Amino acid sequence: MSAILQLQHIKKHYATQKAVDDISFSIEKGSIFGLLGPNGAGKTTLLRMITGIFFPDSGDIMFDGKHFNALEDVTKIGYMPEERGLYKKMKIGEQALYLAQLKGLSKTEAMEKIKFWFKRLEMESWWNKKVEDLSKGMSQKLQFVTTVLHEPKLIILDEPFSGLDPLNANLIKDEIFGLAQRGATVIFSTHRMEQVEEICDHIVLVNLGKKILDGTVSEVKQQFKENKFSIRLKEVPATISSTAFEVVEQKNQELIVKINEGKGSNDVLQYFIPQTSIESFNEILPSLNEIFIDLVEGTAATTRAFEKVNS
Amino acid sequence: MNKISIIIKREYFSRVKNKRFLLTTILTPLLFVVFIAGATILSLKGKDNHKIAVIDQNGFFKGNLKNATDINFEFPEGVDTLNYLSKGYTDILIIPKFEGTDKVNYILRSKKRIGLGTEDVISSRINQAIEDKMLQDAGINRSQLDSIKEKSKFAELKALEEKGETVQESSAGLSYGIGFGSGMLIYITMFIYGAMVMRGVMEEKTNRIAEVMVSSVKPFELMLGKIIGIGAVGLTQFFMWILLIFGLMTAAQLFISPEVMSQVNTLQQYNGQIPAGGMVKAGEAAQKIYAIQHTVSMANWPVIIGCFIFYFIGGYLFYASLFAAVGSVVNEDPQDAQSLMFPITMPIIFSFIIMSNAVQDPNTGIATWASIIPFSSPMVMMARIAYGVPGTVPYWQLAASMLSLIGGFLLTTWLSGKIYRTGILMYGKKVTWKEMGKWAFRRG
Repeated sequence: MSAILQLQHIKKHYATQKAVDDISFSIEKGSIFGLLGPNGAGKTTLLRMITGIFFPDSGDIMFDGKHFNALEDVTKIGYMPEERGLYKKMKIGEQALYLAQLKGLSKTEAMEKIKFWFKRLEMESWWNKKVEDLSKGMSQKLQFVTTVLHEPKLIILDEPFSGLDPLNANLIKDEIFGLAQRGATVIFSTHRMEQVEEICDHIVLVNLGKKILDGTVSEVKQQFKENKFSIRLKEVPATISSTAFEVVEQKNQELIVKINEGKGSNDVLQYFIPQTSIESFNEILPSLNEIFIDLVEGTAATTRAFEKVNS
Repeated sequence: MNKISIIIKREYFSRVKNKRFLLTTILTPLLFVVFIAGATILSLKGKDNHKIAVIDQNGFFKGNLKNATDINFEFPEGVDTLNYLSKGYTDILIIPKFEGTDKVNYILRSKKRIGLGTEDVISSRINQAIEDKMLQDAGINRSQLDSIKEKSKFAELKALEEKGETVQESSAGLSYGIGFGSGMLIYITMFIYGAMVMRGVMEEKTNRIAEVMVSSVKPFELMLGKIIGIGAVGLTQFFMWILLIFGLMTAAQLFISPEVMSQVNTLQQYNGQIPAGGMVKAGEAAQKIYAIQHTVSMANWPVIIGCFIFYFIGGYLFYASLFAAVGSVVNEDPQDAQSLMFPITMPIIFSFIIMSNAVQDPNTGIATWASIIPFSSPMVMMARIAYGVPGTVPYWQLAASMLSLIGGFLLTTWLSGKIYRTGILMYGKKVTWKEMGKWAFRRG
């Protein structure tokens, strides 16, 4: 599979700070890509450059094998920004039609697709309602539909589940999987790490305008694992002492152990097997949440907006 | 280009299809009529009736002091300054005996202070009476005097304007009316439609749709689409008003009897003078209608209407983009909008002041310059054009004014576009003028 989007040494500086400072990564066609980072890390600026709203100060963006051309390629991109909204006084059907036409669809084409999506997400009865009459969740759903209506090759969703109840969130999640299966590539930006673990194939973590992590979800987890295992024993021996591991935590019959360098899980098992019977033995991988906090904490990310950067 | 037309369509139809649009379009002229009628009624009612007791020690004024509307001179016996109020008079006028040509003071006493207009009328009536007396003393008798006065009213000033080989009749009153009316219309529309553009941009920003939009279209296209769409709404409203006026005028003509209309036509054929032996005698109504039609026909309507449309559109485009730029930097707080709008409304108000002077005196230096500089030219030039092209406004001035307006709106649109595209994505931050300037003149 080839990359649909390649960023090469992208830089974007504002007057007071380096919003994006030399970031490169590439996104495979048909994958679901997670763009993570704390507030003010430069995610939105990065997304705005990918959608052609901003131009990078330097660096190249390759889209679908060619240099990114904002004018032509916007019709192949669907962007749902974090700061999103709709015209309050406009009827829902007209609104969807308007946005679809701006993405280059003809009126008849647009009508067909709107009908298809409205039926699929059970929104048909909304056509003549106004946006101001919709609940927040309902307008999120409409927003999602208008983002994917023109069948973009690249779909960018910034916090797509905010304001959705679990039922609707699942509905949208299934649609995201469906779209990826049908060949679209999804960039997914969020702070909710459990959603990332569930949905994304590949993640990039940015902080202070720099990329600090890049890989598939399982690769990243392997990279940050601390060799911790949980063991459930029938009976816990009174004293445990081994050169192979240390007990980090004990809760009833469950132990959490950290294997020392140079030793393996077999060493742990060999230690316990003569003493008692083992009911379960699992490796504990760090959650993305833990990795995220670990990497970002203490970098003064939150106060960055008020700092001057000497460039 | 195609995207701009989609945006224009939305901006236009979402406003025109609104019931409020139809309502304001029809109600605004009605409101004007009601306002004018109300003002007229009030001014008529507001005038006091003066019943003035005259104490004349010469015995001459009785019969010579003529009454005016609202002013009655009476010559009762036994009225003095102490009892005139109780006898039902509002004022008392005491005319001392006069001899020779010395100026004398006439004393008017009243309970309420009298208005300036009333004072003028009373004093001119007294002087007229004295003039009459002097003429009579000089040997002109009453009937001669009356006939002279009657005849002397026939002289009418006909102002003619040089126009190459020929001369054209002109009317200062008409020019004033047209100049002030069109300048005023441009002034009002700049505010109404400029504010509409600003609100539209603010709506997009506060509704958070701006970023969704600019991921499909360029910010400049979005801004331009909105400006053109709302401008089209303004033109539609104008055409509806013109239709409404024509409709009312045609309806009014139906109430005029055909006899009067045929008299009007005859008057037109003979250029206002019916030959002495003519079969038809024009009635008073026909005379009046002819006078109105004749005055209106003196203006060079094609030039005035053409220029009005140009300056309306040009002035709107010049200021609308500035309003759009202001709308793009406002955060939810409407008070921000007020203070940011100030530098834009100032030149508009200032132009209005220059315009109201230019309609009285279209050839002053300040009027000439203000009619060329694009900040004020839409209003001031319209005031001057009413006085005639190329008589008052030479062609080179008109051309310079039009070109600088076109250049001006291209410049404001370009600068505003740059402020707009940054401002519209900026949330929660108060933008200073300095920053806006930086955005406007940033390259790329």
